[in-house]
Amino acid sequence: MKRYGGNAHAIAALVREAEVHRDVYVDAEIFELEMEHLFPNSWVYVGHASQLAKPGDFITANIGRQPVMASRHTDGSIHVFYNRCPHKGVKIASEPCGNTGKFFRCPYHAWSFKTDGSLLAIPLKKGYEGTGFGDTQANEGLSRVRNVVIYRDFIFARLSDEGVSFEDYFGESLSTIDNMVDRSPEGKLAVQATPIRYMHTCNWKMLVENQTDTCHPMVAHESSAGTAVKVWKREQGDSTETPMAVQLYGPFMSPYEFYEQSGIRIWPNGHGHTGVANSIHSNYSDIPGYLDQMVAAYGEQRAHEILGEVRHNTVYFPNIMVKGAVQILRNFIPIAVDKTLVESWVYRLVGAPDKLYERALMYNRFINAPTSIVGHDDLEMYERAQEGLKSNGNQWVNLRRLYDGHEEQDVTAVINGTSERQMRNQFHAWAKFITMGMDERIEAAE
Amino acid sequence: MIGENTITDFIYREAELLDTMQWQAWLDLFHPEGRYWMPLEWQQQDPVLQPSLMYEDLLLLKVRVERLAGERTFSQKPKSRCHHLLQAPRIVACDPAAGMFKARTSYIYTETRGDMLERYSGWASHELVQVGDALKIKLKRVDLVNFDAPFGNIQLFM
Repeated sequence: MKRYGGNAHAIAALVREAEVHRDVYVDAEIFELEMEHLFPNSWVYVGHASQLAKPGDFITANIGRQPVMASRHTDGSIHVFYNRCPHKGVKIASEPCGNTGKFFRCPYHAWSFKTDGSLLAIPLKKGYEGTGFGDTQANEGLSRVRNVVIYRDFIFARLSDEGVSFEDYFGESLSTIDNMVDRSPEGKLAVQATPIRYMHTCNWKMLVENQTDTCHPMVAHESSAGTAVKVWKREQGDSTETPMAVQLYGPFMSPYEFYEQSGIRIWPNGHGHTGVANSIHSNYSDIPGYLDQMVAAYGEQRAHEILGEVRHNTVYFPNIMVKGAVQILRNFIPIAVDKTLVESWVYRLVGAPDKLYERALMYNRFINAPTSIVGHDDLEMYERAQEGLKSNGNQWVNLRRLYDGHEEQDVTAVINGTSERQMRNQFHAWAKFITMGMDERIEAAE
Repeated sequence: MIGENTITDFIYREAELLDTMQWQAWLDLFHPEGRYWMPLEWQQQDPVLQPSLMYEDLLLLKVRVERLAGERTFSQKPKSRCHHLLQAPRIVACDPAAGMFKARTSYIYTETRGDMLERYSGWASHELVQVGDALKIKLKRVDLVNFDAPFGNIQLFM
């Protein structure tokens, strides 16, 4: 039974001021509508320009359900296309990344395309003479994604032709990406490591919400971070230096007061971050030589400004989280209503000491891997929620923490760090972007 | 005198300890500087500046073992169990004079929890050293055949 398709009113009613209906997590039709409307209407992360270092380099990705690819053209420009041959629909690229040489060639009938997507050649081309082929979409080559913005090497795309501009969509939230890039003495990041991939049997939004959920670490991660702290206390003997591993786990056990004062900042369109005043990443040991490099590159004052901004998790709506202080991006890729692939990428700060990269890779495997004890704690909660939400006893999820009864939407604000306001902010954006243009599109189809 | 059979017996014994959840006895098999490494790349050389799924010293392995028994370890309610099916280890090095013992063992590993059961295939590489009369693990490296696939929770040890 279809309840939500074409019914923007019914969808919007799933999001109340401080509650959301469980169908946003468990209803398969809602998931399909997210794929059809929410993801195409949003600016979605495709990849990083350092993955396309040389002409002919390509990467593949999905935006919602739709396969896309990005490539570096011979003139150095980056293009994003739909990953399907204009002939019979065969995916042109089947690997996560690679180099195609001077052109793409479909493996089925050898149609070939330049690395900017335009049609290069078709075998027995004269068979298309006088057929009207020149007027078809196929003649244009690989269908382009027209709305692409590369911001400081981060490639974002919006599939819908109409919508909110990149600048209006992200606004000041781009400051987290700025801070991550600025942490390189050369102002440059590089992807050198394959991502850690972790399959979650839960809805993608549970993961996104958890990024700014500061009331769970000391509870859910008592088993992992709490045990790490306890074992270290017992085993440390007379050693005075806290190992990097314990420095990474320990702050998860910070008390509520720590998270309350560290603050949350929200931005329009569902973006926001934890760790405004300080964060769980604030007290890591200095890496020898790094500050000197930064001062040499940026000057004393600017270097301290950059390194003093130690944000925790920044959510870029709809489905990525960026951690500038440890150079990690987590991509929450929706597969099904109850299945989410999480890819966690580490960026290397070009020109910075190896030790920083070592720490980022360590953090990634401690927290974001299928073998991560912190990950085990979280996934257990998501899976239990995915099951529990099938209950009809209460069909609403409560997001009322520190709700003051008259919240303005689509504003920038800094608030108490244990507020659930960023989750409310995300759901406001969710309702906006999933219903955007919906009525028009239904009319067009009829 | 440590011979090839000693190495093979050691590896079978290790798997038995894991399968019977004798975690402390398993930890006792490690040298104080021992490591458990699970690479994330094909024929990976560097555990630290290339991404790994796990690269853990004895302190971190102790944290894992202690966590498994924790009262508030909710991902272990119900508890996981595991099963190792090992091919006969291939002895790569057995040099008592140099104190160097290496073996490579093909395996199928099963981890189960509640009604779920997951199966993994790969190769375990042991680097062992002699401490007194006994062998200890300097490095246990676990390479999955599909290291690049997205897994759900892997909570025990391969």
